[in-house]
Amino acid sequence: MGAAVFFGCAGIAFGPALALVLLTVAAEPLRVIVLVAGAFFWLVSLLLASLIWFVSVHLSDREDAKLQYGLLVFGAAVSVLLQEVFRFAYFKLLKKADEGLATISEDGRSPISLRQMAYVSGLSFGIISGVFSVINILADSIGPGIVGIHGDSPYYFITSAFLTMALVLLHTFWGVIFFDACEKRRYWCLGLVVASHLLTSGLTFLNPWYEASLVPIFIITLCTGLWAFVTAGGSFHNVLKCLSCKQEDDSRVMMYSALQVPFED
Amino acid sequence: MITFMNNSDSEEEPCNERTSLMSAESPPVPSYQDGLQTAEAGEAQAHRKRRTGSSRSPNNIADGDMSDSGVPVRESALENEEEELTLKYGAKHVIMLFVPVTLCMIVVVATIKSVRFYTEKNGQLIYTPFSEDTPSVGQRLLNSVLNTIIMISVIVVMTVFLVLLYKYRCYKFIHGWLILSSLMLLFLFTYIYLGEVLKTYNVAMDYPTLFLVIWNFGAVGMICIHWKGPLQLQQAYLIMISALMALVFIKYLPEWSAWVILGAISIYDLMAVLCPKGPLRMLVETAQERNEPIFPALIYSSAMMWTVGMAKPDTAARGASQQTWDSAEDGGENHRSPLHGDSQMPETRSPGPTRPITSFEELEEEERGVKLGLGDFIFYSVLVGKAAATASGDWNTTLACFVAILIGLCLTLLLLAVFKKALPALPISITFGLVFYFSTDNLVRPFMDTLASHQLYI
Repeated sequence: MGAAVFFGCAGIAFGPALALVLLTVAAEPLRVIVLVAGAFFWLVSLLLASLIWFVSVHLSDREDAKLQYGLLVFGAAVSVLLQEVFRFAYFKLLKKADEGLATISEDGRSPISLRQMAYVSGLSFGIISGVFSVINILADSIGPGIVGIHGDSPYYFITSAFLTMALVLLHTFWGVIFFDACEKRRYWCLGLVVASHLLTSGLTFLNPWYEASLVPIFIITLCTGLWAFVTAGGSFHNVLKCLSCKQEDDSRVMMYSALQVPFED
Repeated sequence: MITFMNNSDSEEEPCNERTSLMSAESPPVPSYQDGLQTAEAGEAQAHRKRRTGSSRSPNNIADGDMSDSGVPVRESALENEEEELTLKYGAKHVIMLFVPVTLCMIVVVATIKSVRFYTEKNGQLIYTPFSEDTPSVGQRLLNSVLNTIIMISVIVVMTVFLVLLYKYRCYKFIHGWLILSSLMLLFLFTYIYLGEVLKTYNVAMDYPTLFLVIWNFGAVGMICIHWKGPLQLQQAYLIMISALMALVFIKYLPEWSAWVILGAISIYDLMAVLCPKGPLRMLVETAQERNEPIFPALIYSSAMMWTVGMAKPDTAARGASQQTWDSAEDGGENHRSPLHGDSQMPETRSPGPTRPITSFEELEEEERGVKLGLGDFIFYSVLVGKAAATASGDWNTTLACFVAILIGLCLTLLLLAVFKKALPALPISITFGLVFYFSTDNLVRPFMDTLASHQLYI
């Protein structure tokens, strides 16, 4: 407990997200707007899911623990499905915005491509989802206390942090794959994304049996990451080219020397 | 002057300036010249001077055209360009407003969560005389509604008073009023704030140091806000005084009254800006007729306005309002250029140009910025701060309100780009904020807490 746990867990949970935001999103205003709007859409989906859960809890017997747990599972599943529905709604909105931006711009191309928007929207869903899952836990970790004193797992904080990190990355990948699938009308891809989201959420039900939940979730993250990489146009060849840092031929060199001429006048 | 210490004291008189959220185009200086009504006056910026302490924050968002003084008007091409530029600049302007609003909210939330003074009940404002300590729910609701009615009527009265003052050109009175209120904010409230922060962290500070710190802070603040100063320093000061004012509101407004007041104020803002006989609208129109900006001191401006044109020697560099402030200060008796002569134009660029004008000919473009009223900052921060203070220690509610307000701001700016006239900045954001606050606090919080207790992720 204390500052060490807080900073450590916060770094684990949000380090990749922060790096991604700082390096890719923060410099471009349009992407920041897409980020915030994505967070808004996720929040609305969560609100609806919570409403459904709340109503179902109030209509049911509060004393029955099994029933309440069942309702919780039901609420979680509804929430996952609603998140995907709102991801689709966000896709529709961004597509329309993309077309609008394209018509307004002078060269007919919009300043941000649909793929970039897919990535940023996935990232936004991930960040807001991660934040909502873990921020209260982080706030509690600053204060005094002993973890798991009543018999729960003492690794609560660190596993939560890792799960959050996985979730953030997963949402980013799902965003890329989902938008691409909607664009190319590959509905089996869509189904697979929804299924993997349900699977991930279902795996967390195995907590605190962390070997059964954390390890598969990270495997799923890795696989989804590779899938998203391939969907976004990446390939082994690209990675090699990037790593070898080859410079492209700069055709502008000619223009520069051409510019020198008027100076003589 | 207003002291603000205990129940019996009244709050400072509410200011009823409405600062507009608008793009900072500069109406050309010739407006100060008699008979020089330039065609490119464009839309006037309805700057409303906000009195700090006013619970009202009418904000108009007005959009300015690029096609202002000095820029040759190529009709159709310009229009297309304008549309595109609006959108291109639109995203940048949204970010230019996201950043200060976020900063203000961060300051308020950080203070609320750490300094206990601002969440302790210590009396109420004189504008909310009915107490909420009654046991019955109906009575409490009634008291909060009555408090709201009183607060809103005070605001309406002050706004109308301000409009009348402006109409009858009592600039000196308004100027003095503004200076007094910012003096109080920058010195008294800062002193209280610093005292409470030092108390929270148990840091000792002797009086001479305290005096030095507060004196420097306040003096530089007065200069930056009312006269000239670097733009970023001015922005920082405006954010700080908005945060201070929001903290005062959070402390002294009782719970239910605060929410009802927030709702009522956004409705009032909507009506006052858009209705034909609304005071704000009348103020805007008067300013437009006279071709001058309204009180600059309490508007957050995100960009400097550069001078325009070489073609018009008397189109002096309109810096931000400060210059027009100076000119207004001259009583408007003499409609000379506020720059005291054309030869001094380069120097008269007021607050904080980061790049001094080297050559006049280079400045052919206007940098368009957006202006947002400080009242908006204050009420956004009040909403988020109240959410942080009263949502049972939950961070999710605070974050949800934060996102809601940003989205509201974004939508408002979008509407601004579409309608290109003065728009109120409060209604959409406050509505979203209130909806998200109540729903997150009552619905989402139990759901997420139950999930977290089983370590389930969705």
